[in-house]
Amino acid sequence: MRWYIGRRLLQVVPVFLGATLLLYALVFLRPGDPVAALGGERGLPEAVQEQIRAEFNLDQPFLVQYLLYLKGIFTLDFGVTFAGRDVLEVIAQALPVTFQLALMALLIEAVLGVGFGLLAGLRKGGVFDSTVLVLSLLVIAVPTFVIGFVLQIVVGVNLGWLPVTAGRDPDVVSLLMPAVVLAATSFAYVLRLTRTSVQENLSADFVRTARAKGLSRGQVTTRHVLRNSLIPVVTFLGADLGALMGGAIVTEGIFNIRGVGGTLYDAITRGENATVVSLTTVLVLVYIVANLVVDLLYAALDPRIRYA
Amino acid sequence: MSTSSTPARPSATPPAGPGTPLDRSVPLLEVRGLEVSFRTAVGEVQAVRGADLTVYPGQAVAIVGESGSGKSTTAHAIIDLLPGTGRVTGGSIRFGGRELVGLGRKDVERLRGAQIGLVPQDPMSNLNPVWRVGTQVDEALRANGFTGSRADRSRRVAELLAEAGLPDAGRRAKQYPHEFSGGMRQRALIAIGLASRPQLLIADEPTSALDVTVQRQILDHLEGLTQDLGTAVLLITHDLGLAAERAEHLVVMYRGQVVESGPARQILADPQHPYTRRLVSSAPSLASRRIQVAHERGAAPATTARAGAAGSSATTAVGAADLLAHHAGEAEATPREAIVVAEHLTKVFPLRGGGRGASDFMAVDDVSFSLARGRTLALVGESGSGKSTAANMVLGLLEPTSGTVRFDGQDVAALDRRQQFAFRRRIQPVFQNPYGSLDPQYSVYRSLEEPLRLHKVGTPKEREGRIRELLDMVALPASTMRRFPNELSGGQRQRVAVARALALSPEVIVLDEAVSALDVLVQAQVLELLAGLQEELGLAYLFITHDLAVVRQIADAVVVMRQGKVVEHASTDEVFDSPREQYTRDLLAAIPGGGLEAEAVRG
Amino acid sequence: MPETPHTAGPAATAGPARAPRTPRPGQEHVARAADGGGLGAVDAVSTTDAPAGFWREAWRGMRRRPLFWVSGAIIVLVLLVAALPDLFSATDPRSCVLANALDGPTGGHPFGFDRQGCDIFSRTMHGARASVTVGVLTTALVVVVGTLVGALAGYFGGWADTILSRVTDIFFAIPLVLAAIVIMSISRDRTALTVALVLASFGWTNIARITRGTVMSVKTNEFVTAARSLGMGRTAILFRHVLPNAAAPIIVYATVALGTFIVAEATLSFLGIGLPPSTVSWGGDISQAQGAIRTNPEILFYPAGALALTVLGFIMMGDVVRDALDPKARTR
Repeated sequence: MRWYIGRRLLQVVPVFLGATLLLYALVFLRPGDPVAALGGERGLPEAVQEQIRAEFNLDQPFLVQYLLYLKGIFTLDFGVTFAGRDVLEVIAQALPVTFQLALMALLIEAVLGVGFGLLAGLRKGGVFDSTVLVLSLLVIAVPTFVIGFVLQIVVGVNLGWLPVTAGRDPDVVSLLMPAVVLAATSFAYVLRLTRTSVQENLSADFVRTARAKGLSRGQVTTRHVLRNSLIPVVTFLGADLGALMGGAIVTEGIFNIRGVGGTLYDAITRGENATVVSLTTVLVLVYIVANLVVDLLYAALDPRIRYA
Repeated sequence: MSTSSTPARPSATPPAGPGTPLDRSVPLLEVRGLEVSFRTAVGEVQAVRGADLTVYPGQAVAIVGESGSGKSTTAHAIIDLLPGTGRVTGGSIRFGGRELVGLGRKDVERLRGAQIGLVPQDPMSNLNPVWRVGTQVDEALRANGFTGSRADRSRRVAELLAEAGLPDAGRRAKQYPHEFSGGMRQRALIAIGLASRPQLLIADEPTSALDVTVQRQILDHLEGLTQDLGTAVLLITHDLGLAAERAEHLVVMYRGQVVESGPARQILADPQHPYTRRLVSSAPSLASRRIQVAHERGAAPATTARAGAAGSSATTAVGAADLLAHHAGEAEATPREAIVVAEHLTKVFPLRGGGRGASDFMAVDDVSFSLARGRTLALVGESGSGKSTAANMVLGLLEPTSGTVRFDGQDVAALDRRQQFAFRRRIQPVFQNPYGSLDPQYSVYRSLEEPLRLHKVGTPKEREGRIRELLDMVALPASTMRRFPNELSGGQRQRVAVARALALSPEVIVLDEAVSALDVLVQAQVLELLAGLQEELGLAYLFITHDLAVVRQIADAVVVMRQGKVVEHASTDEVFDSPREQYTRDLLAAIPGGGLEAEAVRG
Repeated sequence: MPETPHTAGPAATAGPARAPRTPRPGQEHVARAADGGGLGAVDAVSTTDAPAGFWREAWRGMRRRPLFWVSGAIIVLVLLVAALPDLFSATDPRSCVLANALDGPTGGHPFGFDRQGCDIFSRTMHGARASVTVGVLTTALVVVVGTLVGALAGYFGGWADTILSRVTDIFFAIPLVLAAIVIMSISRDRTALTVALVLASFGWTNIARITRGTVMSVKTNEFVTAARSLGMGRTAILFRHVLPNAAAPIIVYATVALGTFIVAEATLSFLGIGLPPSTVSWGGDISQAQGAIRTNPEILFYPAGALALTVLGFIMMGDVVRDALDPKARTR
């Protein structure tokens, strides 16, 4: 087990370095000079521009900039925006909302996806199974933003059950609809994954042995079928947390939430490189940590892994 | 049933079922006219057609048949565990006087485990990998009304595991299935099957997936245990010798029907149905035993053995007879020149993992043998013996860590690229798995043409002629060339694999468990084919197998391997008549049917 | 059911330890009469059925499914509209009359007009090309890159595997939409090709992982060892035996992925960083419709519906293909 954790941690290092370098390069290679663009039509005096470049290390070669940036990450110094705001502060403001949103979405897709997937898997080929399967395909086929609009109109405007937009400092209730929208596509994948997995396990030899022991149908379903089917589902959910936070940009736009997505979008259009890189780095970190947690969870769920 | 105080070795008094005094003259299980069918894409397929079966309390009964005979389906129908779309469409199953067909789910659940236990076939897949072994035994106890504290239960679990022959049961119960060997897992499954002291235990090929010596131990243990407990056993097996040895009553199934049933010895001695006769003459365990009996008596072996095969139809009269005659002829020949010589072969695999203390694994350790032209040398061993690793080194697919393989005097490792390519033509393999040995996307024609094309043999026209010839050699019609592997049976695929190996006219064929996965009759057919080809083409065979019974029929000399080392290297007769090593004796004893009296197998 | 009871056996004397001397009721020696053709030759080859290779068999399986025909019809229709939109709509999607803005359906304009007064039906038809082009291009790129990386990693193993797998992890760690936003915001010309390149550069990882796993399992097959013992080279084996047998899961994934890439393109266009407004696309039109969504939801419905139908066609086809190619699913 210790060997396993150690190896996983070692694998994280190159992935983290590679991903941050890649992102940094993408942002660094952006055309145009953001500093020259500051100050509007007239531009800032040359001396001031030089000062800003020096302050943001923009006068250094690319690799030096990257290394200085890495050093910044480890000392929690993400730099400041051009407007002089601490980037850490910007992150601290944007991250919690998005994180809450992503966690709610994760919970929704996990509970509903596993629930429906289990029921569909147990009744393979039945009416419920077929209906759920077609619905899951529809959910995957309709883009998130369309689902968002439809729910906004139907649930928000016509029925008036939930607030149409979330706005500043949203509470759980106003985040509910955005979370459902964010979860929709992944919910369909979780459902299908659970269904397939349940069907596979239902015909597994050890399930037959469990039935032959005299266990009741409920016991066989929970202790043997469901328990084993969760292993691939948990892996998917872990990888999905990162994707949800990255993908929240669309949902946040529709529901007017000031989270990572909106902040990032503004930063990109304004050329706030420090903010862009920092936010994306945070997202990559969330992704990597989530995957690490899942791998450890995986080892807890599947004893065979611990010795692999 | 408060049995928490039962000692590890069960008492001789048979535990009665709940409230039912056991009358040993009344059948425990009566199956009459059982019909089972599966719904498939092409319609209803009848898997069992009108099967009859009777089991008395405490009695051992065996169902014998090949794959697809309906033997497992019959067994699963009894405890209502038919897979997929299978269902009972007719007939009756009476257990303890009670009709089981049409019984409600709750009632069936009460019956399973408590009154009818199951020991399944494949120990690797029948334990849930995510639960501790003890937990899975505990489930069987609790599901059948065992009430007791946690401590009571874990004590009882340890008792049951110990009773099934698992050493250090208390500690083992806390481990996970993947920490168990196959034999240990099967013992755990036996403990589960017998946990609630059922009156009937269905043992579905309980040892087929295990090493032969382990098979014997476990079957012995199971027999002793069920006898002590007074449990009736319904044994499902493909091995007639094993069935005859372990059960007093046999039921022979073929294509969903019971073709013959009766007392075991009577069926062996006097098979009535043509299928049973074929089975009796082909079963390797019986054939091996027959040769041995004939040999011990010093009688002209061919005539004695032929008597055994007399009843079988001409197309399949396999034979031990022919094979033995073949051997007899060989024995007189002068020693032939060796074509493959392995000297001090050693293969070490570096083991990764575990962090510190990573050690190397000696797969093959100082192994020497030689194979003469036109002869058969068997490499025999259980899993992990290194026999396949040795074969791969002979084939030049694996570099020896030290030692040499000489082929026709040339060191195989020292060949340059061009020489190695030429060497490939002279030695070819046939592998075990009939489902993996042919590329599923290649037609038979393309599979057979590949070696010819690769080695630039002939024109396309000539190649087609050669392919026809090859198919003819392995007794397949020329039209087979248009087929794809998924359309062929296991035996047919194996014959195509043999044809591919023959395509370049090699001198040596390495048969790596080449018949192990085949059904008895098909196995006999392929063995016969191989013997014929050897005679005709002067081929030398390196025959890798775990099954000594088959060795008796085909090999001239035997190398017994264990954990990478050679245990014994002698002629086949010497190994069977006067094995020098204990391990060889264990292997010989593990051949089913060894306990049958000579009379029983003579027919 | 003819049965011949048989009692006169010579071996009734040699009874085993557990057996009584005479068989008990129900256990007498009986044999079914050998029915004429019942036995037949051992293991004869069927000569009646037409030969069926792997792909032909899969095709037979697919043909039976109604879903195959439904999704196939959708795909063919969409491809046709994408190739020849003028065949379906004579109206120019870019000639818009503001006076017609948000007008309902009239003759020759079955879907009505959008906020700019453009004909919605015409725009829906012409929007297909952008989506299909991006979807097909991206999928093609992803299949090439992903298969190459995955096959090299899985087949050669060792250091090649370690390095390629880490690279895959790195690209996998950056969410697709996020990376696309960053890159699209810096790229100057935004055409279907650039969108496809961007989506492909971060979308190939799944195929690489799938291919790696399949190749690793295919290469352990005995037919691969058999090819080696024939003297076939490693690269030849990879292309002649391993890759063809690893193709099924790649095809299945690619079919579904085509649909998801179309959604991704629409998302980018929706965010305003995909295809430029001058290109007619469903994503752009959905984005345009956003402003009038509360008053005129129908202008959202048409492009969104067309998009959903297209994607549905591809992912349903993916399902059908998976069932047909998955040997596990086929046996049942």
